[in-house]
Amino acid sequence: IPVLQTNNGPSLTGLTTIAAHLVKQADKEYLLGSTPEEKAVVQQWLEYRVTRVDGRSSKDDIRAVLKDLNSYLEDKVYLTGYNFTLADILLYYGLHRFIVDLTVQEKEKYLNVSRWFCHIQHCPGIRQHLSSVVFIKNRLYTNSQ
Amino acid sequence: MRLFVSEGAPGSLPVLAAAGRAQGRAELLVSTVGPEECVVPFLTRPRVPVLQLDSGNYLFSTSAICRYFFLLSGWEQDDLTNQWLEWEATELQPALSTALYYLVVQGKKGEDVLGPVRRALMHIDHSLSRRSSPFLAGETESLADIVLWGALYPLLQDPSYLPEELGALHSWFQTLSSQEPCQRAAETVLKQQGVLALRPYLQKQPQPCSLEGRVVSNEPEEEELATLSEEEIAVAVAAWEKGLEGLPPLRPQQNPVLPVAGERNVLITSALPYVNNVPHLGNIIGCVLSADVFARYCRLRQWNTLYLCGTDEYGTATETKALEEGLTPQEICDKYHAVHADIYRWFNISFDFFGRTTTAQQTKITQDIFQRLLARGFVLQDTVEQLRCEQCARFLADRFVEGVCPFCGYEEARGDQCDKCGKLINAIELKKPQCKVCRSCPVVRSSQHLFLDLPKLGTRVEEWLERTLPGSDWTPNARFITRSWLRDGLKPRCITRDLKWGTPVPLEGFEDKVFYVWFDATIGYLSITANYTDQWEKWWKNPEQVSLYQFMAKDNVPFHGIVFPSSALGAEDNYTLVSHLIATEYLNYEDGKFSKSRGVGVFGDMAQDTGIPADIWRFYLLYIRPEGQDSAFSWTDMLFKNNSELLNNLGNFINRAGMFVSKFFGGFVPEMLLTSDDQRLLTHVALELQHYHQLLEKVRIRDALRSILTISRHGNQYIQVNEPWKRIKGGEADRQRAGTVTGLAVNIAALLSVMLQPYMPTVSAAIQAQLQLPPPACRALPTGFLCTLPAGHQIGTVSPLFQKLENDQIESLKQRFSGGQAKASPKTAAGLTAAGPQQVQALMEDVAKQGDTVRELKAQKADKNQIAAEVAKLLDLKKQLALAEGRPLETLKGKKKK
Repeated sequence: IPVLQTNNGPSLTGLTTIAAHLVKQADKEYLLGSTPEEKAVVQQWLEYRVTRVDGRSSKDDIRAVLKDLNSYLEDKVYLTGYNFTLADILLYYGLHRFIVDLTVQEKEKYLNVSRWFCHIQHCPGIRQHLSSVVFIKNRLYTNSQ
Repeated sequence: MRLFVSEGAPGSLPVLAAAGRAQGRAELLVSTVGPEECVVPFLTRPRVPVLQLDSGNYLFSTSAICRYFFLLSGWEQDDLTNQWLEWEATELQPALSTALYYLVVQGKKGEDVLGPVRRALMHIDHSLSRRSSPFLAGETESLADIVLWGALYPLLQDPSYLPEELGALHSWFQTLSSQEPCQRAAETVLKQQGVLALRPYLQKQPQPCSLEGRVVSNEPEEEELATLSEEEIAVAVAAWEKGLEGLPPLRPQQNPVLPVAGERNVLITSALPYVNNVPHLGNIIGCVLSADVFARYCRLRQWNTLYLCGTDEYGTATETKALEEGLTPQEICDKYHAVHADIYRWFNISFDFFGRTTTAQQTKITQDIFQRLLARGFVLQDTVEQLRCEQCARFLADRFVEGVCPFCGYEEARGDQCDKCGKLINAIELKKPQCKVCRSCPVVRSSQHLFLDLPKLGTRVEEWLERTLPGSDWTPNARFITRSWLRDGLKPRCITRDLKWGTPVPLEGFEDKVFYVWFDATIGYLSITANYTDQWEKWWKNPEQVSLYQFMAKDNVPFHGIVFPSSALGAEDNYTLVSHLIATEYLNYEDGKFSKSRGVGVFGDMAQDTGIPADIWRFYLLYIRPEGQDSAFSWTDMLFKNNSELLNNLGNFINRAGMFVSKFFGGFVPEMLLTSDDQRLLTHVALELQHYHQLLEKVRIRDALRSILTISRHGNQYIQVNEPWKRIKGGEADRQRAGTVTGLAVNIAALLSVMLQPYMPTVSAAIQAQLQLPPPACRALPTGFLCTLPAGHQIGTVSPLFQKLENDQIESLKQRFSGGQAKASPKTAAGLTAAGPQQVQALMEDVAKQGDTVRELKAQKADKNQIAAEVAKLLDLKKQLALAEGRPLETLKGKKKK
């Protein structure tokens, strides 16, 4: 569990807590959502990241996560709908280690996740040290849905 | 928007409690769905509660729903709240769902349930008390409070899962639970069925994943280090740098110790042990040892402290013992007073004075209080029906009658109180009374007696308690017992007895009677002080300047919390009354009962013969001190605690720290250049020391001992990580580093020696001699962690502090004491095998045969009375069998009920 020692005040513990703090420090509060609804949705997916994606998640757990996300993202560009937020960034980071291992067939199966993931990794400054995951644009398996 | 909830879903609690925030800002519809209904289209697994927003979007996280309600009301998000909510989701929820699953679905109880969540509860308590703010994330109740309250409520609403030692958590939880939105949410969700209301829902949920493969241990785990702020570090480093200068001025030793105006004057008493019994370990931990730790702690804090105790010597029991041994009562008292004094000396109990109640002062003060009560109309006269044993030719004291409890039917109830149901009994109400000495049946005779008019004094006592209790450190059981006495209504209590061995009653017509211990034993504290100093009234008639701490086991609470205060208030002589009544629960022996009147257990004088040093006994008894709940003495556990906590943890650390100074630095403490890592360790130690102080100030003796062990664990890790034994062989920088690590470690050892002083005085002195700790540092424990062994200080010879206890040694002790127990009390149900296998076999056959008889009679629809008689025989046989097998009777009774 990460700990951040801030310059003025007590230290902070926990990935999403620290991330939200840094976002505010960088004057990018829009990344936490702008309406009450968006703010709550962002925090919900941040919680989802640390409870469902992190930890000792089994293959089955991850498959369930991908299935749910795929269904959720069917009509959305970003996790909150139309705005890019911290939830997209942290979920992208959390899922990266699983997405790199997906087969081409699986990537097609979770088509909406793949679209979203590919989009996020190309947002400027997001990918950092992580490897770029290759997605094929034309579908190979027509029955994969 | 629409909220979907389900019967018994725990998440509904915080959500409903938070929903009020959104009121007037949006319309909220609530629908109830089945536990397996999929409300959210995109989620595979069903989840409730769920909030469907007007946009069509769903919130399926309990915290997110609560957060949304708060956001609607204009609340702003902050880091601290985020941190609590993240902790709730990642740490608390897994632990809590395990605990609730055990409790609700598997029907487990007690430590099985509490074990998984204990650490999380401690974390909350710790944070609350460190911030010294009533709420989690600020001065007012907020989102974090509601979410955590809602998560914890199903478990903590049962007081047995809200550990009393977690005081800050306690009051936080009570505050929230009493607020209206929370109360309403609790009623809606739990429907006054308690946690069982969650069963229909939890049964349908998959088993919590944390249950799989995780061993739940009830040993305190390595505590994760709390995070530190720059400010905390700065404060700790500044304290450290003050060194010996930072010590408080030492209080000169006086004799006699008398209260000083403007200072903290602490008067400590421990319940007076009854003289004709050798005290057992339960008595020792219950009063004298607990009070000793506190007295030593107070002296280390330089508070003006007087610690008193003595033997309670009057009463029939002494008369009887005198008859048995062919001595006069006074000779018996002299003999046993010396036995007591020796035992306490061996246990290193630091009384300022250990007196006795058979003194002229006792007569003078008791009679004075009585005369004042009489003059003020608080004494009544009445005729009493009393049990008299014709064979022994005397009236029987309550404890010398046994019979069947009129309330619960327990067969071995004593004349004054039933051990089973705890109710007070009037001896003549006992069914089938028996004289304990000759076993004949006593007769009822009448006799004139005096009564303390408690009903008339009740208002004064209540008023006094109302002033005293809030903010005091009375233990919860003491508060509870006192309140229940007042609630049930006070009755006049008889204060005289037909005896010779006692304080004479100074009233015509009562020449051959004496005061009953109810009245005069607690006056013993005053007379003992009067024998210590003729200025005793400076302590006892000085309520403004003296804090009185009285230590006892819980059965003594009524005498100290109600009866003596009544006498003292009625006497109207400005007496000092108890400020903090510290009562322990009971200590059991192995799995049985450990009781003075039944003669079961290890006794003070036997402890000396085991070859185990007094400090080890002190340590273990304090480690298992029945604080908040009953606990049990166990030989195996004692071995384990000695070998793990003392030898491997504490002893190992202190010895290594000292050895490094001797071996690598020629016995001189090396130069210390603290890096930021060292400063952090120093701060952790300082915070733990602060915690220790907080606990001991509240007389949480057992918990404060844990702080000592935590510090030495930190110390061991520190040495392990920094490996000074390797660095000392390296280059200049490495050697420098080895010096710093060794220097800091040996200073922690010095601190530990002082913190340990109240608990293990001999070991503490041994460490201080080995380290040559300067005398002022040995006598005072400041609130900060100071560098008391500066660079260049020369230490003495270091040697090991503790010895390993071996299995065979402990097994043979266990054997030895279980044999002694069986002889002392053949009819106790204390888990001993009193019969051989043949006898057990024979009894089993009898039980089987009698069972058949009963079944046959029932099948024939025989006469009811006949069946009842045979059933009674069967039960009796079963009881004998249980005794022969060494099973405790309690379990047998439990089974019968089911």
